[in-house]
Parts: sequence; C-alpha cells; structure tokens
Amino acid sequence: MPITMRINDQSVTTAVAPDRRLLDFLREDLGLKGSKEGCGEGECGACAVLVNGQLVNSCLVPLGQMQRAEITTIEGLVENSALSQAFIACGAAQCGICTPGMMLAATALLAEHPQPTLDEIRWGLSGNLCRCTGYGRIYEAVAQAAKGGSDD
Amino acid sequence: MKQLLKRRRVGVMTEWMRPQSLEEALDLLAESSQRYKKIAGGTDVMVELQIAPERRPQAWLDLSAVAELQDVTLAANGLRIGACVTLAALRRHPQIQTRWPMLAASAAVTGAAPIQNRATLGGNVCNASPAADNAPVLLAYSAQLEISSPCGTRWMPYDAFHCGYRQTALADDELLAAIWLPYPPEGVRSYYRKVGTRAAQAIAKVGIAALLQDNGLGQMVTARFGLASVAATPCMLPTVSNYLQGRDLDTLSEAALREKIRMDLSPIKDIRSTAEYRLEIASRLVWDAIHHAQ
Amino acid sequence: MIGKSPHRVDGLAKIRGSALYVDDLPCPNVLYATTIRTASAGGSVDGVIFAPHIDWSDFIVVTAEDIPGKNAVKLLEDDQPVLVEKRFRHAGEAVVLLAHADRELLRRALQAVRVLETPLSHPVFDVDEALLAQDEIIPGNIYTDYLLDKGNVDLVAGIADVVIEDILVTPAQEQLYIEPQGMLATLQMDGSLLIEGSMQCPYYVLDALVQCMGMTKDQLRVVQSTTGGAFGGKEDYPSMIACHAALLALKAGGRPVKLIYDRGEDLRVTPKRHPSRTRVRLGASRAGELQFVDMDFVIDGGAYRTLSPVVLSRGVIHAPGPYRCEHIRVRGRAVATNHPPFGAFRGFGAPQSIFALEVAMDRLAKKLNMDPAALRHKNLLRSGDVSPTGDQLGEDCFAHPVLERALSESGYHERQTDFRQWNAAGHATRRGIGLATFAHGAGFTGNGELYLASKVFMQAHGDGQVEILCSNTEMGQGAATTLVQIAAAALGLPLAQVHLAQTDTARVPNSGPTVASRTCMVVGDLIQKAAAQLLHKLHLEAGLGTAFSTFDFAEACSRLKAKGGDLLVSASYQPPTDMLWDEQRFVGRAYASYAWAAYIAEVEVNMLTLETRVLNFTAVQEIGKAVHPQIVQGQIEGGVVQGIGYALYENVLWNAHGVMANDRLTNYIIPTTADIGSLRVILMEGGLGAGPQGAKGVGELPMDGPAPAIVNAIQQALDVDIQQIPVMPENLLALSQVGESFPCQ
Repeated sequence: MPITMRINDQSVTTAVAPDRRLLDFLREDLGLKGSKEGCGEGECGACAVLVNGQLVNSCLVPLGQMQRAEITTIEGLVENSALSQAFIACGAAQCGICTPGMMLAATALLAEHPQPTLDEIRWGLSGNLCRCTGYGRIYEAVAQAAKGGSDD
Repeated sequence: MKQLLKRRRVGVMTEWMRPQSLEEALDLLAESSQRYKKIAGGTDVMVELQIAPERRPQAWLDLSAVAELQDVTLAANGLRIGACVTLAALRRHPQIQTRWPMLAASAAVTGAAPIQNRATLGGNVCNASPAADNAPVLLAYSAQLEISSPCGTRWMPYDAFHCGYRQTALADDELLAAIWLPYPPEGVRSYYRKVGTRAAQAIAKVGIAALLQDNGLGQMVTARFGLASVAATPCMLPTVSNYLQGRDLDTLSEAALREKIRMDLSPIKDIRSTAEYRLEIASRLVWDAIHHAQ
Repeated sequence: MIGKSPHRVDGLAKIRGSALYVDDLPCPNVLYATTIRTASAGGSVDGVIFAPHIDWSDFIVVTAEDIPGKNAVKLLEDDQPVLVEKRFRHAGEAVVLLAHADRELLRRALQAVRVLETPLSHPVFDVDEALLAQDEIIPGNIYTDYLLDKGNVDLVAGIADVVIEDILVTPAQEQLYIEPQGMLATLQMDGSLLIEGSMQCPYYVLDALVQCMGMTKDQLRVVQSTTGGAFGGKEDYPSMIACHAALLALKAGGRPVKLIYDRGEDLRVTPKRHPSRTRVRLGASRAGELQFVDMDFVIDGGAYRTLSPVVLSRGVIHAPGPYRCEHIRVRGRAVATNHPPFGAFRGFGAPQSIFALEVAMDRLAKKLNMDPAALRHKNLLRSGDVSPTGDQLGEDCFAHPVLERALSESGYHERQTDFRQWNAAGHATRRGIGLATFAHGAGFTGNGELYLASKVFMQAHGDGQVEILCSNTEMGQGAATTLVQIAAAALGLPLAQVHLAQTDTARVPNSGPTVASRTCMVVGDLIQKAAAQLLHKLHLEAGLGTAFSTFDFAEACSRLKAKGGDLLVSASYQPPTDMLWDEQRFVGRAYASYAWAAYIAEVEVNMLTLETRVLNFTAVQEIGKAVHPQIVQGQIEGGVVQGIGYALYENVLWNAHGVMANDRLTNYIIPTTADIGSLRVILMEGGLGAGPQGAKGVGELPMDGPAPAIVNAIQQALDVDIQQIPVMPENLLALSQVGESFPCQ
C-alpha cells in the first residue's frame, strides 16, 4: 500500500518497504542528504528531523508509520531564519555533522519554549551529541535566536 | 505531486499492518498470533533491527494508529494511559505532573527529547528491559495492566507482569491496551531517582521509585518500592515493604534494612556498572527515600 | 582581520545541511563494500572458506593476493599489512574485502565467509604483562624506548626532603567523531584512481596508495570531502580504508566503491588514544622546591608500530611539565600488545603524561601540607629559566601569568574556603576545587618540520581572486577560515576575495599533515610568506603600487595574466636557526612555541550516588595571538568537554579478544548538553608565538588540563588518592570501601 506524506511541504508518495528507515528514504530515495547517520541507534541525534512538529530520530522511524505525516528536514527549514543567522554569527558549527540535527532540535525547542532558560536549552538539546564544540557556541546561538536575531 | 514508486528491495515485500481499531488489531492476532512483530514508537525495535538485520521481521503489526491506545483519561477509579501514549505526552500532562509526579519524572529522563517524542509507555513496559525507566514508577504506583485478546479483556497487576529476563505474562495473541494507575491515597510521599551513565540519553544503572505513607505519628503504614537494573526484571522490595509496615521510622536500623534489601535484589555486573555499586546505591536510595520522600 | 571573528567560510553550507561528507557524494551505480576480519587476538590465517550457497562471481572479492604493490600500510614502519596474508597480530584485522551493489546481499555475504584461524596461545593485553611475556610480538615487545635524563636523579632522590611515589593510569579513549570513517574510490577512464573521503592528511593517504597499489602519484588523486570531526582519529587509519576501497575499485570496472564503516565497526577497529601507565616519583625540599622528577611512562601501542614512537616522544617531552627542576628523568616506552593499534588523538601522548605529573604534584602538595597552587607558584618556569630539556626560556614564557589569572578569575581561594565549610556542614554533596598547570608545544618537534618540508602555493586569478593551495584540511577546527584570514590580512584584501582550495592532491602541494596543532602556526606562516611573494611579484611585474585597492589588485592580476605571466607563487618551510633539538636525548628546544595554560575545575560529588559533576570550569591559556578568537574559544570549549569525558565518563572496555566491548554509542559515554556546567575560557595573548602575528597552536592544548584538574578537585572534595581515570562512581565506591578517610554521607 503506498504511503503518502508531506516532506518539506511537498507531497511525496512511495511504495518502498514499510520497514525502511525514514533516514534512508530521505537520503537515498529523495536525495536529501542533510540528515546524517552517526550511530544508527538513536543515540547521537545527527539524523533528527521533525515529524508532525516533533523532534525524532529518523534512523528509528519506519516508513510504514509515516502515512499523512508532515516531515521537516534541514532542507525544509527557512533560510536566513533567526536561528540560522545565530548559528553562523556564534560559530555554532565546527565540523558540521551534528549541525542539521542540532538545528532541528533547536527549532523544536524554540517552538515549545520561545524564551528558553539555559537549563531548558540544555535539556532540549540533550539528545544531540556534539563532539567538536563543547556546546558553548550552540547555547549562545539558541539564546540569540530566541531574542529574535543577531545583535550585530 | 511527487510520485515515487521505486521498489528497492529484492525479495519478498514486508507486510505492514496498521489497524485503526483494537478490534482490527485483535482480528489480526486471532488469525495468526505469532506472525507479527509489534511496533509502537519503534525506539526499541528499530534498534534491534539495526543490530540484528538477519532477524528482520516479515510482518509487522503497527499499533500506532489504534484509536483505543492513544489517550490519557481520568476515570473514577484512576488514570488510564493508552499503551501508545508517548513519554513526551506523559511528561507534559498537567494531571500526571500533579497527581502522579513520579511518572512525569521518569518519562522526562527516558532517553532524551527525540526518544520521548516517539517512545510509548506500553512499549517501555512490553520491551521488558530490566533497566526500563518507567517500570519502577508503575510498580510503586500499583499499576494495573489492561490486556486485550480476541477472547476479551483481562486485568492484571503490573507487579506480576515480568516473569523472567525480558519475558512477560503477555501471550502471543494478547495486546497491552492500557496501563491503569489508581489515585494515590491522600498524604502519600513519593520519591523517584534514576542513576544513569550520564545526565541524559542514558541507561539506568539503578532506578528507584517509592510511594510511602505514614500514619502521622512517625510510623510507616505502607511502603511500595519499584526498582530497575538491580535484578533480571524490574522488581519490588517485598521483604523491605513488609519489614517497614507499622515500623517506627525514628528507630529504623539501616543495617537491618540493608539486610532486607539484600534479600530482594540480585544485581549483576554488566557493561555499565558493577553488582557492588548497584546494591550499595540501591540501599542508600531506599534509605534516602524513606527519610526524604515528598 | 587578524584578531577578528568573521563568519566561518564553511558555516553556511553546514547550517543548510548542504556540505557534502563522503556518504553524501553522488555516486551513481555505486558498489557498497564490507570487510571480513580476524576474530582471534593474533595468530595465523589457515584459510578462508566462502560458503557455496552464494554466487561469488556476483561479488568483487579482494584478498592479499590482489595487492599490486606492497602489502603494508605506509607509516613509520611497514609492519602493518593492508590485508592479512598469513600471520596477524590482533582481532579485527582485515582479511577479505567484498563489494556488491545490493547492501542486503552484501550483509548476507559477510556472514557467509569464514576465516580459519590458529590463534595465539597467550595474547597479551596489558603493558606490564607484555614486558614480561615469553611469546613476543616484536623483540622485547618494545617499539620504542626513550630516555630524557637531566642532572642526576638517583643522587638527588636519596637526599630529597620529601618524596612521593605513585602509579597513575589512563585508559584508551575513543575520538568519537560523529561522522564515521569512510572512503569512496573510483577507477577513472584513464586508469587513474580517484579517492574521496573523510580524512585529515590527504598526502598520507596518497603515499599509502602509491605503496600499496604500486602506482605513481600522477595516477592517483586524493580529495578530502567535508570531514565530520577527526581529532587525530582520521590521521592514519584513512590510509587503510583508502587502500581497501582502491583495491576493490580496481576490479570494479569504473563503478564507484563506497566503503563506510558503521559505528560499531568504527569503534572496534579504528585507533584510539594510547592507554598509559606511569610510575611517578617526585622529590621536593620542605619549602616545596622540586628537587627531582622521576617518571617511568609506558604507553600501550597495540599490535603494530603505527604512530606510537611519535606519541611516546610527545608524551616524554611534556611529562616534566612547566616546572623548573635540575634533575629530571623520564623513561618512556611504547609497548606492543595484541590490541588493535592505538593512534593519534588530540594531545598525542601529552594528556597521558601530564595527567600523571599534575596528579602527582597534588600528592606532593598534600604531603608538604602546601596548597596545590602554592606548590605550582614555587616551581613554575619563568623567562630565563632552563627548561626540562635544557633549553633556556626566552620571553615567551607565561606559566605564572596564566596561573595567576586562573586563580583570580575562578576565585580559587574563596571557593576553597567556601567548599571547606560546605564539606564540614554534612550536606548531601561534597565539593572541591582543583587545578592543573601545563604547557603544550605546537607543531612537530624541531626536526619534524624540517623533514616535512612543507610547501604552499598561492594562486591569483585574472579577476583578482586568490586561492590558497595547501594540503591542510578543515575538519571543524576552523582551518579554512583561519588560513583565509591570514592570507587576506597579508594581502590587504577582503576575506571574500580569498579562498582555500579544496584539498585535492592533484592541485595542492604537500604542506604537511593537519595534526600537532601546526596548521595556523606553521602553515599560516608559509601563507604569509607566499602572500608577500605574490605582492612583490605584482609590484615588480604588474605595476601594483604599495598602497592599493581591491580594484587595483584585480587590475594588476589581469595585467600580469595578459602578459603571459605566472600568477602562482610558492613558499617552503625554513626551519628557524635557533631550533636545535636532539630527538634521541631529548635535549634542546623541542618546539618553536609553547602555549601555556592553567585550568581550574570545581566539582561536586553526590555522596549518595558518588556521581561527580563539574560545577564550574575556568580555562586560562596564553596562545600568542588569537587569529580568530571565536574559533579559538570553540576549540578550547570543545577540547575541555572532551577532557571532561576523559576524566569522568569515557571508558573503553575490552572483550576477551582485546577489542572494544562497549562498541555502541549507548555504552560509550560522552558528555551531552545536560552534563556540562559553566565553562569559561580566558585567552591571553603574549604575541610571541612562531605563527602569524605571534600565534601559536591551540588545538591540542585544551585536552591536557581537564582530567588532572578534575581529579585533583575530587581528591580535594573527598580527601582520597585517585590513581586512574575515568573516575566513575563505581571507582569512588570501591575507594570508599578501602579508605579510612573517605567521608560518610
């Protein structure tokens, strides 16, 4: 039975195997390479996307459950958003492999907590591992985005 | 509209059944109870699939659309949590936060946000890991399980659900439909603590939930404990609970209590922790719970 | 330009998710590859059985017989095979390579190949056992034996006032780059090979391919794709993966071969930080002056030599710390065991030896009844002092200022008093504050850079755009931005006009590997020189004035091009004349520059669960000049968090075959955002480094301080002696059960 979803606001229908991981479908079938595989077991968050507005690890999501789902990947985030500008201004991306997942986690966090405390930022991003930054510049970027954009 | 009809797999197409009602789901199980791999949020079974792809199921029973499993309802005799309610929903639920705070707490420390948005309470229960984060809380709150099969519905106390390492009392043709929590009595104190490998996105080394009631005169009336990661299954502390009943808390002997705790636990050494640490910390936390539960 | 923090040149693509890592590269008609490995911890391969139920003609199969060149991964020594022929030394060595277009079939095929092995009867996994073992992997089981011997330790040890002695142990540590290792290899129409992938050192990979494939450099092209973290873990192992992918590609008729490790495989087989065991003796006068330092430093090199001699060397050089002492002996040995080889990880030997020394210094302070900070004050080097390697320090010595600044910024003494009161009040937690003072040399040691003979090109184009061509790679540390900044500043051009060319060996010269905190300092310096040459050339040959606008520059380039002139310049490394270093005796000036640091950690130990968390962390470092302060801050924050992991969370557990047992991210624990408290970075700039405007290397320094500072803080909190990291709650429990002084809850 074909599955129809909306991915980055575009309707997509597929008949691939229902236990195919959403991550593989995005990357290989749709060519959306922005979501990354870091561990394959839902620990690192590099594959994180939004499904119906909720942050999830796409390596753990089977296509079979995506009927009528609204999916947003890094490619679907608004360009030049306050968050993007803040990530750039604060140097929040070093090697960049965690960045797409981190951006989506930050997007989900700010949707729920538009003015997050540092603690809320920490807990909201705790499912996204970063090995390069030590998280400092990322906190700053999220806090800056919450204030509504860069101050320079 | 973008149409993609690529079939990239060689071989037999995997069957994916996604019933919309409990009746549909049970009909499928009636047909063939052993055929289907059940999936709710997928945060456990999809990892299994990754680790052991050779055991890839041919047929799946996707419960995430079954209407009767999706809601949290407050009833006269307690809280009914549909088996497919996510941990994120539990963590955010205002009544759960106020009346069953340990459950809001355990849901909030299971994995991290992306896991909680998908993982379900029913999944956590049925996956039956000895380290399950929410299990201690359900034990302490005297949870009851609503189990449905083609033959009907039965209830059982959660504390009888785990029979052995990763084995449950669920028959092949049965589905966990809901978890019921009675209203905690007036004046109970609760205590929940997870000691994990790190602060978030961690597996428990020791998990403890306690629901305690004293008589206002410094004597324990009832004490229920639920523990994770200290035995082959989530477990209670029956010897300890018995020992504490009616006991004067001021004169409680820690040594005597520890002796009782030892009778109820059998922690092991594994890749995350040692038996000594688990036993010692569980013992300390039980003591702490008795004296500092709120 | 220098000293400013412009937006990173690679930032936009990374934030959009459009940066291409190896697994993102378009590869139509790709073949996936997998590796069959040995199971035993050494022995011999007696045969390989391919199960008959699979049609093997459908697969590309590669064994050692298919190696056209030399079956050895090119490194310091050619002892490590690309594919096992007969004898092998550790579990997880590659024996057979397979490729197929269908990943499911490939997975099944992986299960259908059996390697018949005769295992070693007594593999060794412990350095002290290895030193005593009868069955040697190599003679004496010692790869390298170094001795730094200054003064006369044995004489002084006998008459020192106060002596402490202890054994300090550090574990293996996994780099845990979030992008697993991988390569994509494609045979081109003209018979040459294109290798793209995740790596730090394209020329290492090129040299390895030349050796293994028996091809010349012109027949090979190595291109670095965006690399998702490395930290040293992608210094040497990519050569192995590249050779594997290339061997398969040779038989693939032009189809690309993609060899990307899944996380479990990456954890099990790629090199990790060398475990270490250090016996330390320190002697001091009653007043706290160091009289001697005596260390026996042993690192586990694993089964092949790979980089161990260099890791050992760096460990030995840094072992005596930033202290003044006439009598120093550091004996270093790299030992062979049947673990997979250990390799580079940020710090490269120094975190191990500095850990031992700094914890020993606190032991000494305790025995002297001195505050740890006071003991450091008594002994830290000053300008004019003689260093542990007998070099007289010039002005570029900031050991005291960084400590003073750290003490003041962290409120060390006040916090100490507060914590003493807190601890005495019987709370549910105990708190402690601890420090580490250290220095880290940037670049290769004296002779190393000479040997590298680094070269960079600078290519101007007719439109005035300028390209930097070098083999140094961006892997997150900000090299692409920093080098562009340096070039733009030197040329007097805006950043947007300067670009770092993709690291493609077909175009870029060999400016050395991206390791050893050398890129900004050494290669940055070469870029400045190249820029000066370019300007000089344009001045002489194209009439460019001494003051010029961007437009003038473009015009001059255009004019020169029109004349048929060459817009390419190159600059080559020239060693400084005053750098004399005896690498056998460890005497002289080891590094062009040292960066200096003092780190202070405040910890809180929960007395119920014995979990430790870092409350506040203050990192003060003197780094010469921060070319891009935000990048420098990011490097330090990242390194400190890796150090916190090293101290408290990260442990590599071994299975019965000497391979990582906790080979899943669920079980190898690095800090999440929820685990890291407040972290303050303070930069001091003395401007005296060997790099552009006095810059020094920064990348590795932050790895050295956190573990000893944290351990010292825990020791203060609990009044225990800790000998090993990571300090897990289980270890503290065990300590509390043997120690008398461990506080009760």
